[in-house]
Formats: sequence, structure tokens, C-alpha cells
Amino acid sequence: MNRTEILSSIKNRFSQSVISVLDKHEDRVYIDIKPESLVEIATYVFKDLGARFNIATGLDTRYLIEILYHFTIDQMNLMISLRVKLQKDKLVIDSLAPVFEGANWIEREMNEMLGIEFRGHPDMRRLLLPDDWPEGVYPLRAEYEEWDENAIRDRGIE
Amino acid sequence: MAKRTIVPIGPYHPLLEEPEFFTLTVEGERVVDIDAQVGYNHRGIEKLSEMKTFDQSVFVIERICGICSTSHPFAFTRAVENVIPMEVPERAKYIRTVIGEGERIHSHLLWLGLAGHFLGYNTVYMWAWKLREEILDVMEILSGNRNNYAMFRPGGVRRDFRSEDIPLVLKKIDSIKPTLEMLHKAVIDDPVLHARTKGVGVLTEEEAIDFCALGPTSRASGVAKDVRKDLPYAAYDRVEWDMIVTHNGDVFDKLIVRILEMFESIKIIEQCLKNLPGGEIDADLKSIPPGEGIGTHEAPRGECFHYVRSDGTNSPARHKVRAPTFMNLPTYKATVVGETISDATIILAAIDPCYCCTERMAVKDTSGKKMYNGQDLIRLSQEKTEKLRKTRNK
Repeated sequence: MNRTEILSSIKNRFSQSVISVLDKHEDRVYIDIKPESLVEIATYVFKDLGARFNIATGLDTRYLIEILYHFTIDQMNLMISLRVKLQKDKLVIDSLAPVFEGANWIEREMNEMLGIEFRGHPDMRRLLLPDDWPEGVYPLRAEYEEWDENAIRDRGIE
Repeated sequence: MAKRTIVPIGPYHPLLEEPEFFTLTVEGERVVDIDAQVGYNHRGIEKLSEMKTFDQSVFVIERICGICSTSHPFAFTRAVENVIPMEVPERAKYIRTVIGEGERIHSHLLWLGLAGHFLGYNTVYMWAWKLREEILDVMEILSGNRNNYAMFRPGGVRRDFRSEDIPLVLKKIDSIKPTLEMLHKAVIDDPVLHARTKGVGVLTEEEAIDFCALGPTSRASGVAKDVRKDLPYAAYDRVEWDMIVTHNGDVFDKLIVRILEMFESIKIIEQCLKNLPGGEIDADLKSIPPGEGIGTHEAPRGECFHYVRSDGTNSPARHKVRAPTFMNLPTYKATVVGETISDATIILAAIDPCYCCTERMAVKDTSGKKMYNGQDLIRLSQEKTEKLRKTRNK
């Protein structure tokens, strides 16, 4: 399959769930999809198209939380980013970790940094933040300003 | 059934040098389960980068890791250039390639030395690190620094190569070859290394794909993926070189892949320096429009991935860093289980882990005050020495 065939196959196969396609550059495509069909589309891209999962980027746009799942199809120099938008009051999405192991750690990271809940993740422990970090404080949220005072222990000198 | 015991490795383990905590569950000598805890070194570089301008960010992310000190700026500048999108001048592309490959040689030599050290084979360690000094000298001639080269900026490079340095650099690079060849032969023939590494910690091709492993870790398992070949950038499609792929996936293959890659890097550097084009080195980027971009670079450990979103101001609205170890480290679940505990350290080290890349965080006081200044640190170290002296004299 060439580049156009791949893009049209995604569009046709998931016509109900693809919201829009931004064809940014000859090697970059951003596809907006509905959150509930993420697992289906990601499985197709990873298993059937043979793409490599690079990473996911979670970001806070102040109104919404976005997650971009970046996949690369190496043979044809194409990077596909699947974008889902989540409402801040309903931050739940299905986990990709049962489909392929590579998504395991990044979902744990997004869970602690942005507070997104991944439904069906096998092992949702903290990855990077310390154990005494307060619950419900998310460092990569836009409204986050300072550390919780209780989170800092005796690191200063008298 | 044998009794199950838990063996902790870390967080401050004398061999692994960086804080990481592995919990091995063993039955007798066999590892039956493993779990890792990271985050002892988390520095919040992503958040920090959002507070800096695009030009300053390069310096911040150069300090994510001292060893991959050019891989992160390489990927980041490409991500910023991808926002626009634009091409950098031809001469800058060649200079970037030379710096990137020089770093690969020194990083692989550093790993080779450490691998020898992990196996209790300190001759390999000393030879490899002696050779590494040579390549660090080359980098110092070219950029002025042994590490943290500060050569990259969005739109090009900061400093030019001097034409009078190039013959000297070529001579030095050429003089590295025989020693590298000797190291290569020593590793291939050595029965001790064979016994310790062949068939140990095998990562199969299916597992490498499932874990999304990168770089030498996946290429040793037969996954022929290398960003430099697949998505060519800088000057990598203008020079002749081969991708090294082996198929066994054990520690020995990871060793061989890294050694052979150094020869390819030498080839690339030589060709780049011989065909260095003239002209500008910087595109003089004025402003960065709103948009998003992705930049990748094949770092010594695997693909380094940066995502940048710009909102039209002069600092990134979101900057995501994904270091190769973040994807390679979870493969311990596939490689360590079933091996003996004595092999666990070299298997864990075989992916060339880099925790400071993976974790990216800094300590900052809430009030914004500095907790320690230079004077404090000197005083603290003097107090500590004094304390030690007293206890020893007792």
C-alpha cells in the first residue's frame, strides 16, 4: 500500500470514528478520532499496517485534554498521529497496553502527570513521581503552579 | 518447588551508577519475576522547557543527559523546524551529522567499557575508555567541548568547523580504526565473553516489536529499523553506510551491533568531512508560527523523539521528550525472567540504559530561592570531609 491508500483505508474503514484528517506534510498526518474507537483504530494501525508505536503525548489545552498517539510506518516515511480530545470532567479512555506492551509505561506517565484514567490498564502504579506526591496534583496541567507544600521534605539547610 | 526469595537491586547500586530499583523474585538461582521502579532522578525538563524560549530550550534539553547531549537538541531542533516546516542549510546538515555520529562512537565505547566492567573483564573496559578519549579529543577540536557541544540551534548550527582542523580530525579518526578493529577481534574470539553473553537474555523479534524496542536493542533482534535510513534527515542520505542488523537478540549480538555501528559512524564522519559543502550554517529563524512538529534522531541508544507545540509565542506551549530507554527498559520483563541472577546485571545493562534521559526532572524550592549556592556546596563538602577524618582518627 502506498501513502494515499493507507490514509483512505483508515478513512473508509473507520468512517464513523474519524472526525478530520490534517495532512500537514508529506511525512506527517494528524487524524482526529473519537475517543471510544481508539483501541480499534490503533490496533489496525499497529498490527495490520505494521506501524511502530513511537509514544503518546498528553497535553492540556486549558479547555480540553488532548492525547496524540504517534505511529510511524517506516517503509514509506510516514508518521501518523491519532488525536483524541477528552473533556476535563470525564478523563477516561481505554488502555492500549493490553494490545501492545509499548504503551504500558507512557500510560502510567500520563496518568500521574495529567490525571487521565486508562480503563483496562494492567498495572496502574506511579512511574516517575515520588511516593509521597499528593493525590490529585498533576504537574503537567495548565493550572498547576507550585508544588504542594506538604510534598517537600527537609531538603533545605538550616 | 524451590523457595521464592526477593532480591533487591538498587536504588543506588554500585554497578548501575544511576538510581534505579529492580526487584528480582528468584527461585534458587533462577529469576522468576522482575519489577522496576524509576523516578529517583525525575527533573521535570518538559515543564521547564515550557518556561524557556525556543533558543534557551536547546541548552536545557542538552543537559537532560551528558552522554546523549547532542541527541536531544538534534531531535528538538528538527521538531521546531518541522513546525514551520523548513530545511536547514546544506553545510549545517553535514556539521550536524558529524557531531551526531561522533557522539555515537563515544557513547558506544562508553557502553562497551561498562559492559566489560559488568562482566568482570576490566581489560575491555580500559581499552574501550582509552579509545573513547581519542574521540572526545576529536569532538573537542570540532566543537570546543568534550560533551554538551552546544552546536545546535533551531534553523542550523551555532558554530562552524574550521577548515584547518579537518585534516587533523581525519588523521585522528583514521588512527582510531586499528584499535577498534583489535577490540572487535578480541570480542569476537574471546571464550570468556562468549560464555557470559551468548544465548543470554534473548529478546525475540516478536517481543521487540511488541515492546516497541528501539535502536541497537531491536536491531540485535532482527528488527531492521533505523531512523537514519527510514526517514532520512541531515546528511544521512548523502553518504554511503549500512544498517547493522543481527538476529539472535542475545547480549552478544547487542555487543556486536554496537561495535560494528562504530565502523559505520567512522565511515559517515569521513565522508561528511571530505565532502563538506560551503555556504551558510544558519537559516536565521525569526519567529515560529503556531502549529505542531515532531523531530526524531537516531541516538546511540535508539530513536529520540521530541514533540513540540507552538502557540505563536516564543516559547513552546508543550514539549514532549521521549528518550530511547523509556521504550527499551520495559523489555527486561521479557529478557531477565528465566535467567540466572548472575546474568541479570549484564542483561539489564545490555540495553544501555540511561535513566537521566528517561526521567527528566529537577529539584526546585517553592519560594523560587536557590537551596544551595556554590559557597554552600563547598562548605558542605568540607564539613563532610572533616567528619570523615574525625571518625577515622578515632
